[in-house]
Amino acid sequence: MVPLPLALPFAELEVGQQFYWQLGRLHLHGQVFLSSWVVIGALLALVVLGSRKMERDPRGLQNLLEFLWTYIRDLAREQIGEKAYRDWLPFIGTLFLFIFVCNWGGALIPWKIIELPNGELGAPTADINTTVAMALLVSLSYFYAGLSRKGLRYFEYYVEPTPIMLPFKIIEDFTKPLSLSFRLFGNILADELVVAVLAFLVPVIVPLPAMFLGLFTSAIQALIFATLAANYIGEAVHEEHH
Amino acid sequence: MTSWLLLATADAVTGAASRSQEGGLFDLDATLPLMAVQVVLLTFILNALFFRPVGRAVEEREGYINTSRAEAKQKLAQTERLAADLSEQLRGARQDAQKLIVEAEQEADKLYREALATAQAEAITVREQARRQIESEKEQALASLKADADRLGALIVDRLLAA
Repeated sequence: MVPLPLALPFAELEVGQQFYWQLGRLHLHGQVFLSSWVVIGALLALVVLGSRKMERDPRGLQNLLEFLWTYIRDLAREQIGEKAYRDWLPFIGTLFLFIFVCNWGGALIPWKIIELPNGELGAPTADINTTVAMALLVSLSYFYAGLSRKGLRYFEYYVEPTPIMLPFKIIEDFTKPLSLSFRLFGNILADELVVAVLAFLVPVIVPLPAMFLGLFTSAIQALIFATLAANYIGEAVHEEHH
Repeated sequence: MTSWLLLATADAVTGAASRSQEGGLFDLDATLPLMAVQVVLLTFILNALFFRPVGRAVEEREGYINTSRAEAKQKLAQTERLAADLSEQLRGARQDAQKLIVEAEQEADKLYREALATAQAEAITVREQARRQIESEKEQALASLKADADRLGALIVDRLLAA
C-alpha cells in the first residue's frame, strides 16, 4: 500500500495490491478476473436480451445494439478499408465493447462494498495484464492480417517508401503494443486514482466533476484503442498502388 | 508517473519482504495469457451472439430498403411513361375531334350552298315562266283588242257610208 500523508480512517487507497489466486505454480490477479467476469456478464446479458428477437422494425434494446453495430462497422470500415473490414469487425468490436464496459463498470459499479482479503475490485483495464494482453492480441492480429492477405509480400511494407524506413518500422512493431497498453492502463488507473484521492480528501461533491471527466476519458480511451487497433490492421492489409 | 513507479517498486520491495509475494502496479504474471484467452473467447461469443445476428438484421433491412426503393423507382418510371402515353392519346383524340368538327362544318356549309343554289335556280325558272305567260297573255289581249277595234272601225264605216 502506498503510504499517503493523510491516513484518514474513513477511506483507504490501495495501489499495487493484488488479490492473488494460486493456479498450480501460476499466480493470478483474482480481483481482475472477478470484475472482468462481472462486466463480461453484463455485456453478454445486454447482447442476449437485445438480440433475442430481431425484427425488421427494431424496438427497445435492438435499437441500441444496431446503433452499436453500425458505429463499430463504420469505425472498422473507415480504418481497415472496404475489402477486409468484415473479417476484423468482431475483433475490433469486442475490443471496443469490452474496454468500454470495463472502464465504465470500473467507474459506475460500487465495487467498494465487496471486501476482498487483499487488493480491491476495480476496472479490469486498470491492471497492466489486461491491457498488455489486448495490445499483444492486436499485434498478433495485424501480423496475421498482413501475412494472410499478402503472404510474404507483407514485409514489403517495412521498406516502403524507402529502405531507410526499415529500422523505424521494426521499432514501431514494439512501440505499438507498448503505447496501446500503457495509454489505456495509465488513463484508467490515473482516473481511478484521481477519483479515489479526491474522495479520500473531500468525500462530498468535489469528486463528481472528476468522475464525469473519468467517464468521458473512459469512453474516449475505448474508442482510441479500438480505432488504433483497426488502423494497425488496416495498415497491414493495405495494398500499395504501384 | 515516475513517482508512482518508484512508489510501486518500493512497495514491491517492502511487500516482498512482508508478504512473501510480489505485487505492485507492473506485476505481469499468468493473468496476462489467461486474459488474452478470455478476450479471444469473448470475441467468438460476441461474434455468435451479437455481430452476426445484428449484422444480418441490419444488412437485411438495408437490402430490403434498397430493393423497395428500386421497385418504387421502377413503378414511378412506369407511371410516368403511362401518363405520357395517355396525354399523347388525349392530344390525338383532341386533334381528331377538331378535324371532325371542321369536316362537319364544311359539309354543312356545302349543303347549305347547294340548297341555296337549287332554290335560286328554281326561283329564276319560275319567274321566267311567269314572265313568259304574262307576255303571251298580253299579246293575246292586244291581238283581241286590235281585232275588236278593227271590227268596230269597219262597223262605223259601214254605218256612215250607208246613211
